[in-house]
Amino acid sequence: MKGTCLFPRLAIAFLFAGLLAMPLARAQSEAKPLAENPEVEARLQEISAELRCLVCQNETIAASNADLANDLRREIRAMILAGRTDREITDFMVTRYGDFILYRPRFTGKTLLLWLGPFLFLVIGAFALRGVLKRQRPADAPLSEAETQRLARLLGETPRSSAATTQGTPDA
Amino acid sequence: MKNKFAWLLAAFVAFIALLGVGLTLKPQEIPSPLIDRPAPDFRLARLEGQEAFSPAEMRGKVWLLNVWASWCDPCRQEHPVLVALGETGKAPIVGLNYKEVRGDAGIDISRMAAEVEDALVRERVSRWLAERGDPYLVSVLDIDGRVGIDYGVYGVPETYLIDKAGIIRFKYIGPITPEIVKEEFLPRIQELQGDPAAGNVSGKEAKS
Repeated sequence: MKGTCLFPRLAIAFLFAGLLAMPLARAQSEAKPLAENPEVEARLQEISAELRCLVCQNETIAASNADLANDLRREIRAMILAGRTDREITDFMVTRYGDFILYRPRFTGKTLLLWLGPFLFLVIGAFALRGVLKRQRPADAPLSEAETQRLARLLGETPRSSAATTQGTPDA
Repeated sequence: MKNKFAWLLAAFVAFIALLGVGLTLKPQEIPSPLIDRPAPDFRLARLEGQEAFSPAEMRGKVWLLNVWASWCDPCRQEHPVLVALGETGKAPIVGLNYKEVRGDAGIDISRMAAEVEDALVRERVSRWLAERGDPYLVSVLDIDGRVGIDYGVYGVPETYLIDKAGIIRFKYIGPITPEIVKEEFLPRIQELQGDPAAGNVSGKEAKS
């Protein structure tokens, strides 16, 4: 089974390597008209993959075919051509549509609970686990003084040192 | 032991309450970051008249910006409510027609000349207003939807309430009903009309 899987995997790896190399190869050749500039398209793809389409909320603007997503891709392309930075372009989107448009919301006061919530639950869980474990005595813990005496009484012997353990008791 | 169960029960009730609140939220209604911010400026062609319209013209008035299109079904449902609101004269309504032709899924504009699209937009908007009544102080045409993007429009109809200083105070997403006018718009309009500074009205997102 392993062997049969290997070939497609290799082919896919080569394909990806080829795809990655493509923009490089293109960049070395003559400058293309801006509209079909692969660098611009690559950046458009990268930026729009981080933005949520507001019409169909579980799709990115890169993947969505909604009318609004088309319009926003057009806006992003225009801004890239105008020389704006990625940050400026996402800021443009956030001032209009809010944090909701970001698949990875920024770390602000409003999104504090969103980002730190999981860790908060982790800490709560760790404390709860510690509480449970503390209540359970380990099986090989030495007996307390009172327990040793009680054990000795039950076994009809004179108390020994507190180091005595359940295993250490001879037959009664 | 009893104490422990009380804690568990409290945690469980809190969790259920959290889920209950979640059920009442509408993920389709995205809070607008434009609330309590100046209404974005624009210049758009009017349906009638030569000069472009700019929101600056509305300074000193409490007004509504209604975003609509004839291909949007809820707009059809909303229109008589707008007509009735316009008749009360409480606040002027500016109609922003959004992508009248290119937003219509039935029309392919890829080979349509700009002048042809412009003429078609005007014809469709005029026909709609003639047939259903015109509640708008002025109708402006956002043919390519560029102004819609500045206002964060992601579905029509959407209605913005803008104060005398040009600040967006309220946004309602979806078709306005007589109840929404009575409960959401009229009290806010009244408050903004009365207060020249209009600073003490809390901007809030609509919940329908």
